[in-house]
Amino acid sequence: MNFEFSEEQNLLREQAQGFLKDNSPPAAARRVLDSGADYDEGLWQKIVDMGWTATVIPEEYGGLGLSYLELCVIAEELGRAVAPVPFSSSVYLATEAILMAGTDAQKEEWLPKLAAGDVIGTLAMSEGAGRPTARSLECEVKDGKLSGTKIPVPDAGIASVAVVLAKSGKRASLYLVELDQGSKTAFKPVNTLDPTRGHGQIRFKNAKAELLGKAGKGMDLLDALLDRAAVLFAWEQVGGAQAALEQAKEYAMGRYAFGRPIASYQAIKHKLANMYVKNTLARSNCYYGAWALNTDADELPLAAATARVSAIQAYYFASKENIQTHGGMGYTWEFDCQFYYRRSKLLSVAIGSEAMWQDRLIDAYEEHAA
Amino acid sequence: MDFKDTAEEAAFRKEVRAWLKANRPKKKELEGLGGIEQAKLWQKRKYDAGWACITWPKEYGGRGASPIENVIWNQEESRYDLPQGVFSIGQGMAAPTLMMWASDEDKARFLPKLASGEEIWCQLFSEPAGGSDLAALRTRAVKDGDEWVINGQKIWTSGAHYSDYGILVLRTDPSVPKHKGLTYFWIDMRAPGMEIKPIRQISGDSNFNEVYFTDVRVSDSQRLGAEGQGWQVALTTLMNERASIGAGGGSVGVDSIYKLAKEVEIDGKPAIRDPAVRAKLADWYCQESGLKYTSWRTLSALSRGETPGPENSIGKLVGAPKAQDMASFAIDLQEMAGAIRDPKLSEAAAMYQETYMAIPGLRIAGGTDEIMANIIAERVLGLPQDVRVDKGIPFSEVPTGS
Ligand SMILES: Cc1cc2nc3c(=O)[nH]c(=O)nc-3n(C[C@H](O)[C@H](O)[C@H](O)COP(=O)(O)OP(=O)(O)OC[C@H]3O[C@@H](n4cnc5c(N)ncnc54)[C@H](O)[C@@H]3O)c2cc1C
Repeated sequence: MNFEFSEEQNLLREQAQGFLKDNSPPAAARRVLDSGADYDEGLWQKIVDMGWTATVIPEEYGGLGLSYLELCVIAEELGRAVAPVPFSSSVYLATEAILMAGTDAQKEEWLPKLAAGDVIGTLAMSEGAGRPTARSLECEVKDGKLSGTKIPVPDAGIASVAVVLAKSGKRASLYLVELDQGSKTAFKPVNTLDPTRGHGQIRFKNAKAELLGKAGKGMDLLDALLDRAAVLFAWEQVGGAQAALEQAKEYAMGRYAFGRPIASYQAIKHKLANMYVKNTLARSNCYYGAWALNTDADELPLAAATARVSAIQAYYFASKENIQTHGGMGYTWEFDCQFYYRRSKLLSVAIGSEAMWQDRLIDAYEEHAA
Repeated sequence: MDFKDTAEEAAFRKEVRAWLKANRPKKKELEGLGGIEQAKLWQKRKYDAGWACITWPKEYGGRGASPIENVIWNQEESRYDLPQGVFSIGQGMAAPTLMMWASDEDKARFLPKLASGEEIWCQLFSEPAGGSDLAALRTRAVKDGDEWVINGQKIWTSGAHYSDYGILVLRTDPSVPKHKGLTYFWIDMRAPGMEIKPIRQISGDSNFNEVYFTDVRVSDSQRLGAEGQGWQVALTTLMNERASIGAGGGSVGVDSIYKLAKEVEIDGKPAIRDPAVRAKLADWYCQESGLKYTSWRTLSALSRGETPGPENSIGKLVGAPKAQDMASFAIDLQEMAGAIRDPKLSEAAAMYQETYMAIPGLRIAGGTDEIMANIIAERVLGLPQDVRVDKGIPFSEVPTGS
């Protein structure tokens, strides 16, 4: 047993932290927020140049062939920096889906482009309020043509390819759909809680769709994909939660009320201690998730759900109490507290809500106990 | 990062498993013995075979095992329902303090008997006027030649009535600020002048006591650390206390409540199918798992020989309220029958009701929830200390409520 990241992995963390400090300060998120852009294109290009999008893709497909532990390290740092880039869509979702379910030909076609950042990928799952199920899906593929509407789709405005959950007959399948099919893949931007990450609606009308994985196995494949993605999302969330705690601490130390720093008041101290506790538990669960993902362990569904639920809770708590710690300043557009608050909620629902993951956790627990 | 056993660890686990299987006390052997005798029997058997306090050096009765091996040992031992408990203060708090501060002679005298369970220790720290604010304790020790004469009162001393020795912090100089006037000793619990009176707890049991001192004499050689250094020595004990007081709650956990929720029904369906029940269980599972892996992560620090740090406060701070809420929830799941506290009539031999009555004490013992949160805020996060009106003032001039 060994519960630490390796020296090389810690070195990668240091590099990533330094890079993001310079290239993804809060001002970068703010520029995207104020301009209405989908992402920070310059930052994205630099991330691609550093090879982060290629991390776990095997060398034969133009990747670096590194382990998921490296990807977890990067995820945490991107989360800490609230980076306004489509990394989660393209890497944790589209790349993972193709790695997991793609044919050799599909891998050959897409992985080198995803690794090199020539294309951005995403996952189109949601069709409005509620959890999609095979029965609820309106998006449908007939004779290789997809019709229906997906909303919201992360990074829909900049992605070239989407993994789409749609039904075929009575059952659901996953499809690879190119998004440059003109009026057959009509895009409309959608305003979300976190405009530092672009989202949109895509209306498919007889768009060409290629099966990804076995026909009729869409829900199972989606479940397996989300287990993998959940670990990576959880690391982003833990990174964000840690940043929110650090911001709250820094402000509390410098802000005086009644003749002393507010950080010396017990209500504030216990608030921050509480953040620390939640963050620590979530982080420890993320370690376990990282290990399970990296070794494709049987426990992955349980470990992933555990990491995900505790990371959702930790980030939400840290981000809201960070605003509270800042008083009126925390509620201003000028201050950066909003970024964590926005991002924490976006990530909470990004791949299924807290309630869904609590349910999956107990499912996995039952399976494990049996 | 690798959560699986290495080849050596797997071999160690196998050895532990085999030994436990062959040597754990059978029901018959324990029959008719009291709780302490049962615990002593098991502890001595482990000691004789070299399986007691396994991380301690061999010369003190351990086997010099690594922290990871200790985790493996604990995992395997906890698979059985074995008698334990009475040794945790001695082995978990007194022993690390002795290892750090006692003379070689005292170490050789006391540590093996602590490991074997032949001698039980208690902790005489708290006083009526010094609980959370431990350094406000008043029991006086006055030097008389190469002896000290003790007068005063300790309170909440768990196990004083069955202990052989105690660790003890006393005020040796009231004219200096409170942390500076303390000195640390060990004491024979049968020393003349000591009187032990049981206190009844809300659970109905009487595990803690008042201990009165009237002209009790200890030799200066029983001092641990220098005169006036008692606070520093006490910190060694307290740090280890945080590490050794676990989450508490015994067998109340996700596993037991999951079983219960499969059996009892809500609206004609097993409670476990109810989304609200599942959500709660999921949250508790996250806490359990988070605590487990947090403690595994701190192992790396321990393997480098570091003292357990203030980070360990998290175990009790999360674990005790969690156990309380879980016991309460398990009682609710049983509806009216949840009120029954009778091992013959209640679910799981009244485990939930017993835990419900025991846990309030655990949220107070060994540092209250609030003090644990203070420790995290100040010692881990580095936030400023509270304003202290007693700072720098001679102890004898500090304002008190009585
Ligand atoms: C079951 C049990 C077993 C015990 N066993 C032992 C033992 O073996 N040996 C031993 O020496 N002691 C023992 N104790 C004593 C225990 O350590 C003290 O009870 C504990 O430290 C609290 O002290 P107190 O009871 O004086 O409460 P107080 O310190 O008076 O606390 C009362 C309330 O005030 C709060 N409070 C106090 N100071 C602060 C602060 N600075 N900030 C915020 N809130 C604060 C506390 O959190 C608590 O809620 C035991 C206690 C129990 C319940």
